[in-house]
Amino acid sequence: MLTATLDKPRPLSPVPPASREERENLSHRKTDVSQQTVWMLAVRDNRDREAFAALFDFFAPRLKGFIMRSGASAHLAEEVVQDVMLTIWRKAAQFDPHRAQVSAWIYQIARNRQIDIARKEYRPMPEELKEEPGSEPDASQILAIEQESGQLKQALSKLKPEQREVLEKAYMGDLTHQEIATQTGLPLGTIKSRIRLGLERLRHELKDLTP
Amino acid sequence: MTAINHHIPDPMMAAYAAGTLPHAFAVVVASHVSLCTQCRAALEAHQNVGGIVLEDTRTVALSSSLKDDILSQLDAPFTPAPVYERSGVLPGPVMEAMKGRAPRWKKLGMGVRQDILTADETGSVRLLHIPPGQAVPDHSHNGLEMTLVLQGSFSDETGHFGVGDVEIADETLEHTPTADEGEACICLAATDASLRFRSLVPRLLQPLFRI
Ligand SMILES: [Zn+2]
Repeated sequence: MLTATLDKPRPLSPVPPASREERENLSHRKTDVSQQTVWMLAVRDNRDREAFAALFDFFAPRLKGFIMRSGASAHLAEEVVQDVMLTIWRKAAQFDPHRAQVSAWIYQIARNRQIDIARKEYRPMPEELKEEPGSEPDASQILAIEQESGQLKQALSKLKPEQREVLEKAYMGDLTHQEIATQTGLPLGTIKSRIRLGLERLRHELKDLTP
Repeated sequence: MTAINHHIPDPMMAAYAAGTLPHAFAVVVASHVSLCTQCRAALEAHQNVGGIVLEDTRTVALSSSLKDDILSQLDAPFTPAPVYERSGVLPGPVMEAMKGRAPRWKKLGMGVRQDILTADETGSVRLLHIPPGQAVPDHSHNGLEMTLVLQGSFSDETGHFGVGDVEIADETLEHTPTADEGEACICLAATDASLRFRSLVPRLLQPLFRI
């Protein structure tokens, strides 16, 4: 049931009549799978424009802040926001909730775009993993990734402000790799076990996909 | 595929995820991740952290027209960036660096051949083709050197490197990688400074060979 509802999310349309059991599953889904994931799947699977608009409302002001923090003007930042949001729409088919949070997927698109602009050439990226055609979504795996990510977020929120600052700068691309090696030791150390747990899950998931 | 034993160190993976790794090394990391499930999971965990940083970024108000501008472009035609597939032993990111062409081998001496994929002031990345049993020309480096095995294998003072393995060496490592018997060894090698092949090419000629 859960799998079926995740397969075709209808986040912004009325919930169809459902059995009691289905209703319970649905409310369970709503509390656990993030709204962002539901929107993103609606964009991916149904080309749902309202869901896209909802993603825009959440992410675009954050993306603008994120890009301006690395020194871009408001004008340039909005150009990048536009490129990133259109890429989200066009490459939605590549979003895989079994492996990535929506924010992680968008983060990577945003950094790609910033780097392409700075270097005036492409950023090298790994080959895309291709899902087996017709493979069913695995709701428990999607929930596991979401929960893991929620715990990671909590761990990050407990960092000391100066550690948090270094971590943010590192992931915004404001540190060289040398600086990351020497400076992120501290904050990354405290969340290492979280990352490792996440890795185990991802690794398990990826085994089925690797050629 | 045999097991991969030598992976991307975590600080380097963090730098790659954040987009701060020099281009030449990024080509090698992207190629390794294309072959290695474990490092793909590590990369995606770092992207997850990046996503959390993005989610928690302070929002900045958008221009009033931005949303409508973007929504009005959803149906606009666009040209997707070309996707370069793996070709034989060459992973997608290598094919991308070559824009889909076949390797253009140039003789380096002692049966060793190379093809320089990109070279700029931040570093260079090349393919090396080493006959079985042949030592990679005696060399030393000024900075970091990263070598990914794509076919065959090599051994040096630090160990044995098979397909998918990455060796990372800095100026403190004096080593003589030698291709093992069997298949010719094909490697992807990146440096952030010129390699000095002492035995083959007099120093004065090095600019001509771009090594
Ligand atoms: Zn690896």
